[in-house]
Amino acid sequence: MAIGLDHFLVLSAAMFSIGLVGALSKRNAVVILMCIEIMLNAVNVAMVAFSRYVTPVALTGQVFAIFIMTVAAAEAAVGLALIIAVYRQRQTVDVQQIDLMKW
Amino acid sequence: MNLSLLGPEIVLGVIAVIIVLLDLVVQKKGILAAVGVAGVLIAALVNGWLPMEPAKYAFDKMLVSDSFTVLFNFAFLGIAGLVILSSVDYAKKFRRSQGEYYALVLLSTAGMMLMASTRELISIYIALELTSISLYVLAAFLRDGKSSEAGLKYMLLGALSSAVLLYGMALIFGLTGTTQLDQIASSITVAKAIGQSALILATVLLVAGFGFKIAMVPFQMWAPDVYEGAPTPITAFLSVGSKAAGFAVILRVFNISLGHEGFVDWQTIFAILAVLTMTIGNVVALVQSNVKRLLAYSSIAQAGYVLVGVVATSNSSQFAASGVIFFLLGYALTNLGAFIAIIAISEKTGNDEIAGYSGMARRAPGLALALAFCLISLTGIPPTVGFVGKFYLFSSAVEAGWVWLVIIGLINSAISAYYYVRVLKIMYLGAAPSEEGVKASAPVVTALGLSLVGVLIAGIYPGPLFQWVEAAARSLIG
Repeated sequence: MAIGLDHFLVLSAAMFSIGLVGALSKRNAVVILMCIEIMLNAVNVAMVAFSRYVTPVALTGQVFAIFIMTVAAAEAAVGLALIIAVYRQRQTVDVQQIDLMKW
Repeated sequence: MNLSLLGPEIVLGVIAVIIVLLDLVVQKKGILAAVGVAGVLIAALVNGWLPMEPAKYAFDKMLVSDSFTVLFNFAFLGIAGLVILSSVDYAKKFRRSQGEYYALVLLSTAGMMLMASTRELISIYIALELTSISLYVLAAFLRDGKSSEAGLKYMLLGALSSAVLLYGMALIFGLTGTTQLDQIASSITVAKAIGQSALILATVLLVAGFGFKIAMVPFQMWAPDVYEGAPTPITAFLSVGSKAAGFAVILRVFNISLGHEGFVDWQTIFAILAVLTMTIGNVVALVQSNVKRLLAYSSIAQAGYVLVGVVATSNSSQFAASGVIFFLLGYALTNLGAFIAIIAISEKTGNDEIAGYSGMARRAPGLALALAFCLISLTGIPPTVGFVGKFYLFSSAVEAGWVWLVIIGLINSAISAYYYVRVLKIMYLGAAPSEEGVKASAPVVTALGLSLVGVLIAGIYPGPLFQWVEAAARSLIG
């Protein structure tokens, strides 16, 4: 059986759903960040697959994926720094205990 | 390659680097703010040279310079200038990292300007992240418990919403094979034939992703916490700058790429969300006791009014688009004025609770009057820009046939009068806990004065500004 666009899209949708469910249900801020990274990688898979099968000549999708990876790295750096800042204040990264203000 | 169209953003980037370097050598940190304001002025000057009509493109049509771009650039630069001026005293709390503070404000402004000037999905995403990542850091800048918590919540939810937005963009790209907004528009009929449900899913994901930026219900839960915890000048910046940038992108994406021929019923989605946003924002604002939270819910409600106008633009109504832009500009001026007054008052009293404003009219007559004036404008009572803006916005929506939506908007305006007037009542009729006067410093007074003059002039004599706004609307919906 040849691997086609559909297989990649199913993979991408599955990764996105796993990430979304994780991000909404996990309590550890670091794990939430990891789940968001899974969602971004799901987007990358979809982008590259679309680029390969829909527009084989243009590289727009691949370029988009590279930009997403770069920005995601910056976001993760800022995110981990913020998590450390919170940890220094509260000695926890459990989002349910980070509740100085009404959530 | 036409690098000159990127002039204002380049100026801001260079000045941001210069400020970080200057921070290492200068002792008087006031200089950093002065350099920041100077940078904003230079960028505004460069922006004045940008071509407006006919529109010019750069970088393979990723960047466009038209009346819409130039008008929004001026708005963002004005916002950044006022935020920097009002931070001069507040920034003393940041001790060692004042340079980074001003630099991040400028970089975030550059991101907002790019958001208003791109017509392509990749650059929209990059500009959005440049704005947001700078703001995540700025929200956590006080480094105390509340501020770090605000930064963390904003970052987690912001990153989640970017992922959702990106998935929508990926679907749009897959269906149309392009990321240029105008090419998406021309191939969307084909896309509808391939997969209508995928197109609807993509639209919903885009609405959710952009909705987060403008704090639209049901993606508003971050706003009150972040507004409360963030440094107050950054709260002001978030509530006007990032919101205006979000609406600029929404206007471009939905009007250009998803078009008007009715293949995706995005106006219905926005109409329902507008009702929810207005109502929930106003009703929850009624019970707030913290003035920053009150303004957070008030700004959610204001976003709901803007959404009414966005819905009306779906009939390619230029009048509706100018209503939206005018309302956004008026809201930016007014909300900034209100926040600057709050910065000045809370700086001295150290208290963000509404109860702390009791008798403020006797302790600080000028500041209380300024805050009262801004709240009146937010309510939408003449002779303020808030009234003119709301009038244009709602009348354009009526003209486009959305009468029921406007009626709900008017009911909501009446509800909002209650909580705005409550603050006035506490300030003017409440007993003052002490008779000690509250005085603001020169930069804060300057910033406050500038925004108040703007609110008053645009309220009494809106003609010239409205002509400019109409030109911007023409370049958006040609």
